[in-house]
Amino acid sequence: MLKIDDLHVAVDGKEILKGIDLHIGAGEVHAIMGPNGSGKSTLANVIAGRDGYEITAGSIRFHNNDLLEMNPEERAWAGVFLAFQYPVEIPGVNNVYLLKAGLNARRKAAGLSELDAIEFMQLVREKARLVELDDAFLSRGVNEGFSGGEKKRNEIFQMAVLEPTLAILDETDSGLDIDALRVVAKGVNALRSAERSIVMVTHYQRLLDYIEPDAVHVLADGRILKSGDKHLALELEKRGYDWVREEANV
Amino acid sequence: MSENTQVEDLVGKQYEAGFVTDIEQETLPPGLNEDVIRHISAKKDEPEWLLDWRLAAFEHWKTMSEPNWAHVKFSAIDYQAISYFSAPKSSEDGPKSLDEVDPKLLETYKKLGIPLHEQEMLAGVAVDAIFDSVSVATTFKGKLKDAGVIFCPISEAVRDYPELVRKYLGSVVPTTDNFYAALNSAVFTDGSFVFIPKGVRCPMELSTYFRINAANTGQFERTLIIAEEGSHVSYLEGCTAPQRDENQLHAAVVELVALDDAQIKYSTVQNWYPGDENGVGGIYNFVTKRGDCRGARSRISWTQVETGSAITWKYPSCILRGDDSVGEFYSVALTKMHQQADTGTKMVHLGKNTTSTIISKGIAAGFGQQSYRGLVHIGKNADGARNHTQCDSLLLGSNCGAHTFPYVEVKNPTATMEHEATTSKIGDDQLFYCRQRGISEEDAVNLIVNGFCKDVFNNLPMEFAVEANRLMEVSLEGAVG
Ligand SMILES: Nc1ncnc2c1ncn2[C@@H]1O[C@H](COP(=O)(O)OP(=O)(O)OP(=O)(O)O)[C@@H](O)[C@H]1O
Ligand SMILES: [Mg+2]
Repeated sequence: MLKIDDLHVAVDGKEILKGIDLHIGAGEVHAIMGPNGSGKSTLANVIAGRDGYEITAGSIRFHNNDLLEMNPEERAWAGVFLAFQYPVEIPGVNNVYLLKAGLNARRKAAGLSELDAIEFMQLVREKARLVELDDAFLSRGVNEGFSGGEKKRNEIFQMAVLEPTLAILDETDSGLDIDALRVVAKGVNALRSAERSIVMVTHYQRLLDYIEPDAVHVLADGRILKSGDKHLALELEKRGYDWVREEANV
Repeated sequence: MSENTQVEDLVGKQYEAGFVTDIEQETLPPGLNEDVIRHISAKKDEPEWLLDWRLAAFEHWKTMSEPNWAHVKFSAIDYQAISYFSAPKSSEDGPKSLDEVDPKLLETYKKLGIPLHEQEMLAGVAVDAIFDSVSVATTFKGKLKDAGVIFCPISEAVRDYPELVRKYLGSVVPTTDNFYAALNSAVFTDGSFVFIPKGVRCPMELSTYFRINAANTGQFERTLIIAEEGSHVSYLEGCTAPQRDENQLHAAVVELVALDDAQIKYSTVQNWYPGDENGVGGIYNFVTKRGDCRGARSRISWTQVETGSAITWKYPSCILRGDDSVGEFYSVALTKMHQQADTGTKMVHLGKNTTSTIISKGIAAGFGQQSYRGLVHIGKNADGARNHTQCDSLLLGSNCGAHTFPYVEVKNPTATMEHEATTSKIGDDQLFYCRQRGISEEDAVNLIVNGFCKDVFNNLPMEFAVEANRLMEVSLEGAVG
């Protein structure tokens, strides 16, 4: 499904990702953990196609697509979704309008008919209920004046509406209160299915209590230093990252 | 197709109103002197006092020089090389009934999306269509007359309602006000006249559609709107011109008068030909617009969407004379290619508890230059005056510029002033966010720009808000990326 091989990425001539290999099968949930500045968001952004990164080597394949050859919207149409670590505010642009434009562009690319306003609003209401998002947020500007936690919840809401086949959640659990965390987990678990893959970047084992991962990876110093099952997360929580580095001899 | 031809295609597509109507016109030879003014006045059958008024303005104009403080650059205009009057031959005897209007003219307006046949029009919008120097048609006149509303070409008002015109003409923008206003006073040809009697809410939107067609002519229209006590009116204006390599001058004057409790809402969608991608051609739009809130509790609101013209020099203003009167200015100005805009407003608070709101959104792309220039003056008797100013600029690309020149004069210590200003680049992070959600880059730019303009578009009448949105989209095509 998602196949990243020997991915090297530099920013302004400085190498940030130094050879990432990561394979995620359909239906799997993988967690990526690692110290601050280790390259987790860089990896998420590169998968989604953000500008400003220099891919110096390696490949990213998703289904039969060479993602690196596609622009961001084409990747979105292919089913890639990124829940941003820092969702941006777009003043004056209606939250739901943005979603409708995105969803219909994707449907069009897939040769499906566009949803009309009524069908779309039905879908939106249903998903808003799922993530317990108050209707008031639907008509506000995109993330405009949202609190940190509200922005994160809005990302999950968008994910629920767009129903991606590859969802990358970059620290969606950071800054959430307990109830919001439960809601985010509910959104992610509702999306879980045999065709979908999910990547969760997180600093906390807590999220993994709600969403059980199939694999946990440690990304440090631009490399995946260790991979394991959910028990690895528990161990990291107890022992930190130094021992992983030592074990990997870096 | 190479990148470049693609961009060129887009640019070529951008100005949809750039065609020329092939129609026989009577055009005065270029040049400006007393005889030309006498000729215009005679053509319009004007009374003696108006000719004298024009000649006095002309005398004064000759002593004036062009203002040079605006943040715009252009080579000197040769006022003797311009023709000051041009009219389709067929309209020689003044505006006729719609059935008699030359079909070529009807076709022109139809092509511009302004059908003049009442049954085809947007219900609830009356149109005065001005083609070069004359009004060719005014719709729904009968229905308006039933309500007591006068809506007609100003040349007709001079004949039919001379006392009203004489009382108010030049009472807001005196002939000596500024270089372009003086020139306009000397040579103005047509424009709209609106009179809403006491207590009447105008039953429909009024609109004027200005079209420049002839080459080497200037358009000097004059609009006068009077709202008597307790009356309400909403007026819209739209403008286009053919695509030509020479610059053409458009120097209009608009005067609004609101008496006690009257409300005037004046909206503009200005889409004069902006010139080509090398900065050749385009309209010089040098306009004086001013509203006088003469009565207590009166309200004048200017909303403008400026996407056209090579150069825009325009400051729709409010004189808040009446106590508790309200002035508003909502503006979106877009400059792309080599367009330059120096635009803003003046809010002059003279009465007590007067309030003004200024929201200006400037967007610059390509090599466009965008300046907001605003004056808020609080007179010494204007106790309790309040102003809120917000001016935001959005830059698309790195060769364009945005500037703000806010001037404040406060002569009364009880004034409350708020000023906010921001300049932002269209954020890569905003664009990426939209694209990640599946929206193409071009659509994302439109979405973000429209969001940026929303506070202003919300103030446009419905029909115009849609038009404004579409116009922004067309104007932005190929402007980014
Ligand atoms: N545009 C950029 N310019 C310069 N340096 C960058 C840029 N983007 C990322 N970096 C650097 O790359 C490194 C990895 O950053 P990244 O955001 O991927 O870390 P992260 O693992 O997501 O960290 P955190 O856990 O704090 O979110 C950091 O040292 C960061 O400063
Ligand atoms: Mg990060």
